[in-house]
Amino acid sequence: MGTTLQRVKVAKVSEMPKNIGKTIKIGVNEIALFHLENGEFRAIENRCPHKGGVLVEGIVSGDYVFCPMHDWKISVVDGLVQKPDNGCVKTFQVEVELEEVYILLPS
Amino acid sequence: MQKSSAHFSTKNDGRTYDMEKQKLVLVGNGMAGIRCIEEILALQPDRFDITVFGSEPHPNYNRIQLSTVLQGDTTIKDITINDWNWYSENRITLYTGETVTKIDTEEKVVYSNQHRAVKFDQLILATGSIPFIIPIPGSDKKGVTAFRNIEDCEKMIEYSKKYKKAAVIGGGLLGLEAARGLLNLGMKVHVVHIADYVMERQLDSTAGHMLIKELKEQGMNFLLGKQTTEIFGEQDVEGLKFSDGEAIQADLVVMAAGIRPNVQLARESGITVNRGIVVNDYLETNIPHIYAVGECVEHREIVYGLVAPLYDQGKVLAKRICGLEAHAYEGSILSTKLKVSGVDVFSAGEIFEDDKVKSIKEYNEWENTYKKVLIRDGKISGAVLFGDTSEGNRLLSMINKGTEVTEYFKKEKEELSSVSFVDMMPAEEVVCGCNGVTKGEIVSAIQTQGLTTIDEVKACTNASRSCGGCKGLVGDLLQLTLGDKFSLANQKEPICSCTTLSRDEVIAEIRDKHLTYTREVMNVLGWKTDGGCSKCRPALNYYLGMIHPVQYKDEKESRFVNERLHANIQKDGTFSVVPRMYGGVTSPEQLRKIADVAEKYHAKLVKVTGGQRIDLFGIEKEHLPSVWAELDMPSGYAYGKTLRTVKTCVGESFCRFGTQDSMGLGIALEKKLERVSTPHKVKMAVSACPRNCAESGIKDVGIVGVDGGWEIYVGGNGGTHLRAAELLCKVKTSQEVMEITGAYFQYYRETAHYLERTSVWVERMGLEAIKSVLNDKEKVSELNHRLDEALAVLSDPWKEVINDESIQKEYYNKVTIPVMVN
Repeated sequence: MGTTLQRVKVAKVSEMPKNIGKTIKIGVNEIALFHLENGEFRAIENRCPHKGGVLVEGIVSGDYVFCPMHDWKISVVDGLVQKPDNGCVKTFQVEVELEEVYILLPS
Repeated sequence: MQKSSAHFSTKNDGRTYDMEKQKLVLVGNGMAGIRCIEEILALQPDRFDITVFGSEPHPNYNRIQLSTVLQGDTTIKDITINDWNWYSENRITLYTGETVTKIDTEEKVVYSNQHRAVKFDQLILATGSIPFIIPIPGSDKKGVTAFRNIEDCEKMIEYSKKYKKAAVIGGGLLGLEAARGLLNLGMKVHVVHIADYVMERQLDSTAGHMLIKELKEQGMNFLLGKQTTEIFGEQDVEGLKFSDGEAIQADLVVMAAGIRPNVQLARESGITVNRGIVVNDYLETNIPHIYAVGECVEHREIVYGLVAPLYDQGKVLAKRICGLEAHAYEGSILSTKLKVSGVDVFSAGEIFEDDKVKSIKEYNEWENTYKKVLIRDGKISGAVLFGDTSEGNRLLSMINKGTEVTEYFKKEKEELSSVSFVDMMPAEEVVCGCNGVTKGEIVSAIQTQGLTTIDEVKACTNASRSCGGCKGLVGDLLQLTLGDKFSLANQKEPICSCTTLSRDEVIAEIRDKHLTYTREVMNVLGWKTDGGCSKCRPALNYYLGMIHPVQYKDEKESRFVNERLHANIQKDGTFSVVPRMYGGVTSPEQLRKIADVAEKYHAKLVKVTGGQRIDLFGIEKEHLPSVWAELDMPSGYAYGKTLRTVKTCVGESFCRFGTQDSMGLGIALEKKLERVSTPHKVKMAVSACPRNCAESGIKDVGIVGVDGGWEIYVGGNGGTHLRAAELLCKVKTSQEVMEITGAYFQYYRETAHYLERTSVWVERMGLEAIKSVLNDKEKVSELNHRLDEALAVLSDPWKEVINDESIQKEYYNKVTIPVMVN
């Protein structure tokens, strides 16, 4: 099974303030894109495994985002929900080239 | 053994005891056996000379928490229940890594595999279970493991570092926990199960399939209705073959196909064994002075694999072995309340219908919850809950009592508060099933040790230490026991788990060291986390802004979404918009504007709020700036930790009873105090006479007009902590109201904890202390001066956004990219 990835340009680095999520809708995927304090860009599906809350609006701290609905803490690096809760969200690969941010989607 | 001639009683039960201690030997160092020892020590600490044998090299640990060790979240030390010190402090002789291999029931001696012989007067067998390894070819290959003890865990963690594919045989609770752990460790996991849905002991088909759906979304793969016939590979595991001819690859195979009571020792020693070691209602075996407890036991033909029944058994056995009156153990109603991979499930009693057992079902596909209550002979006899287990404790209580189904329907209608629920609980009722902690034990600990928080109760009693399902009940017990003092007691508390510093300490440091932004505070004060958390970031942002109102640049990223975007987020991710309507007064022009905007943007709902204004629901984030632009009204701050509204009654303008102009004063107060950040929301009202039509009596600040003046009431709350406001003072003019209210407002801003409503703040500070500050003219003047300073820098946030395209781009716009078809 080939896993070719499609590179989709989604934002300019200059338009992404740190620790503020941006909602990216690509086809049926709704993605929360984050520009972290350490300069990295991370992307996860914009849906909390608890009750579907929009993660993009959460407070970001280090590598984690807190779901604004019921405060579940989720890693934006591996998508794992932190203790004492359980679950995980999909993660997407992100690339930055020449001040443009790209999300890689399986085609 | 000869009785000495000096008899004496230590209990008023007519029995006499020897001065010499009896020798008690416990075979098995696990949870059930050691819990029983703890009960014995609590009853008669000096009766026995205790020796314990355990095959594992560890002191007693919480086997239920092994899955957290697997995930790498906790260490062995963290899940230890009784550490080495406990054994020595209680003068227990402990032999670990040593297995008892023979019991001489005639001579009353046990022999271990290290050729040790120990005499006993009383013997307790707590040999637990052994994992069932399916007898198929290949089950002895390298890479096949059970999931029963710490060694198994360590093996699985090792494998996860080197290999990718795991298969778990068994879709019961243990198998799912193992699968979850392996997923966390980065492996690809298949759960192989012979039935066609999982956890079929606790769940029915509907709940079982709902669980599978959720777990699949988390990345677990399922092979259901599959029987494994062979584990293939050379010396190392390479995969599984099934009876239908299919096969999968695997580098690690976890056998979670069930457990069997560990009875070989008992059987070989002539003790009656069926599936488990057969005991009577007092946990006695067929041989005098030999008892058994725990998973190895069969009582009235039932073998238990959950901890609560085993702790019940231990209690009865302890009393019996100490020669005390004991209620017979009659078996336990099985109940499990679990979080399996983030999903809440609850199961108790019987779970399947037949001609004698009827069910009541509630399936909510939208919220993905399911509830089934079983009824036998008109009485509640079982329940299955999926997704929302908040009713679990109540249902279990009804099942245990055999409550009539009519009572159940009646109780459904009543709003039974959770605190009254724990109030009605008897002291012996187990609150924490994982650790067997009763209500009585928790309440006693709270009272005798002055506990004030759930964490403290957890540290002292172990309640809520494992799955955490009983945390709510523990909180309710704290509330019940401490009453009003409960919330107030959290004063010296650290502001969150990122630090040990309290609010006062942090503020002092901010002032002292001239700290000016949240990251600086966290770095300088040694925060445990990189970036804080959802509690401390907004708190720090508030304190910094309160201390430096003019210079501080508010951090949008440290605000909760509502305050950051200036709208109220709803559960579907849309927002609601509430424009300002000062004093609850509007005009036809305003209403027309609101109506037009609501129609144009297809608002899903238009609603009048409790704060006397109008709310538009269903607005998409990216439309907010245009909605605001077209409304051309300032933000009503319905989302803010700020002043919310000043409600008014009509007052002397029209009302025949009004003695003052309540609308005028209310509007003036709202215009003056809006927008500035406060520790928590502030709600005010102005009534023109004591009939109090604006409900000033339950407001943070409530003004009541009287003939010749105004009364100012403070500290009220109409919400979760209903509280009547108290009279602060009486003044003559509305100018004085503005002055006193301003000073009070600023004093609250400067001295309250973030998230402390004025109702709590007033009780903590004491109304008299606040009065004395406000009676001091100089202090009032200074407070108002600082308030004015903070107010001067503020402007309508909606206008700011409308006029700033880059803010719109960065905070409000979504990016939508249509998918390309190749």
